[in-house]
Amino acid sequence: MINLILRNIGRFLFLVLFQVLILDNIQLGPYLNPFMYVLFILLMPFETPGWLLLIAAFLLGFSIDLFEHTPGIHASAMVLMAFIRPSVLKMIAPREGYEPNSYPRIHYYGVSWFLQYSAILVFSHHLFLFYLEVFTFSGFFITFLRILLSSLFSIGLIILSQFLIFKK
Amino acid sequence: MKNLIQFLIRFHFIILFILIEIFALSIVIQNNNFQKAKVVTLIQNIKGIYHSKTFSITEYIGLREINEILSAENTRLNNILQRAYRSDDIFFYKQDDPGYKQQYYMTGAKVLNNKINTQHNFLTLNKGSEQGIKPGMAVISSDGVVGVIFDVSKQYATVISLLNTRLNISAKLKKNNYFGALQWDGKSYQKAILNEIPHHVEINIGDSIITSGYSTIFPEGIQIGTVKDFHVKGGNFYEIKVDLSTDFKKLRFVNVISNLKKKDQLDLENSFPDD
Repeated sequence: MINLILRNIGRFLFLVLFQVLILDNIQLGPYLNPFMYVLFILLMPFETPGWLLLIAAFLLGFSIDLFEHTPGIHASAMVLMAFIRPSVLKMIAPREGYEPNSYPRIHYYGVSWFLQYSAILVFSHHLFLFYLEVFTFSGFFITFLRILLSSLFSIGLIILSQFLIFKK
Repeated sequence: MKNLIQFLIRFHFIILFILIEIFALSIVIQNNNFQKAKVVTLIQNIKGIYHSKTFSITEYIGLREINEILSAENTRLNNILQRAYRSDDIFFYKQDDPGYKQQYYMTGAKVLNNKINTQHNFLTLNKGSEQGIKPGMAVISSDGVVGVIFDVSKQYATVISLLNTRLNISAKLKKNNYFGALQWDGKSYQKAILNEIPHHVEINIGDSIITSGYSTIFPEGIQIGTVKDFHVKGGNFYEIKVDLSTDFKKLRFVNVISNLKKKDQLDLENSFPDD
């Protein structure tokens, strides 16, 4: 248990630092803004209580906000994502439900399950984030294109990270 | 009351979500005040330290590009330097004074291929006839003489390296202007031999050897190297070992010098009746 908490804290710090120190400095233009830090919420155990999920999401988004100078934007997008996570998990659950002692990883439920799971959550996060950031619906399709491309990039990075770092 | 608590427990997830979300959104709305908060300043300070650290790394990665920019800049500056203009005898001319005209024009080029391990070494440059390069032009680097253009295509040029035993360059001692012929002996890429300096001339180790300017190829005064060793050979002349100032092993950027008055000079010299 302690081990699990420590690992999650470590992952939290790693993802925040990776986001603000590396991804934010890779400037590929206005259409590709990958936000890989959302992986933290994706990887939290199935049994995580809802309140903890929301608070963790808020703290994570808030830490990113501090670095990116976008107060509240990432925090609210993260909280939204954490809120829909249980519903998404329920929606795409395998027929037998989730096994105890398993985690939401490729290792346990396969690539296509994880792809669905991350795609839905990452896309909704990006959707909320980008519209909140521009705070207007004028130029709706430009923003939508940004969301689409950035989501693809983020999802790609997240899937890649599953094979490289967070294997289990 | 009991019902309320039950309600709260049952819907705690949604209620908590709404509360936190409202809090987060209120931060977004009020973010002007927020940005002034000390926390942000603190974080910015930390970020500043990080960026100053990473800057030295990215600076290093950018060096390649900077080098090219500097090389182009050098060429440009060399072209407007006093040395490129003929400064002597200007008062002998009247109108349309050729003395004021630029005599040497430099073109920057990148070394694409460079050999030092054969007896007849050649270099390849990334500039050719389209950039105005012609056979017979001089090639120098920032350190000194490199060679002479041998052949050109539209985009490329080959250079007879100074490290080619077939190339002879007219060189002189900087301090007393005695001149001789400089040739590579085919041994070390750092050394060449200067012949034909009369043996009564006083030479010291470390004396500078520069181009004489007597040929129409090199302008006068381009650094070639320094005297490394010397001894009298065959009675009347010194054989001087010269330490070349150009490091042929790390040659990257060179300048090609075109002598704008070359044809004029050659035409005049060739009008001498042959004996």
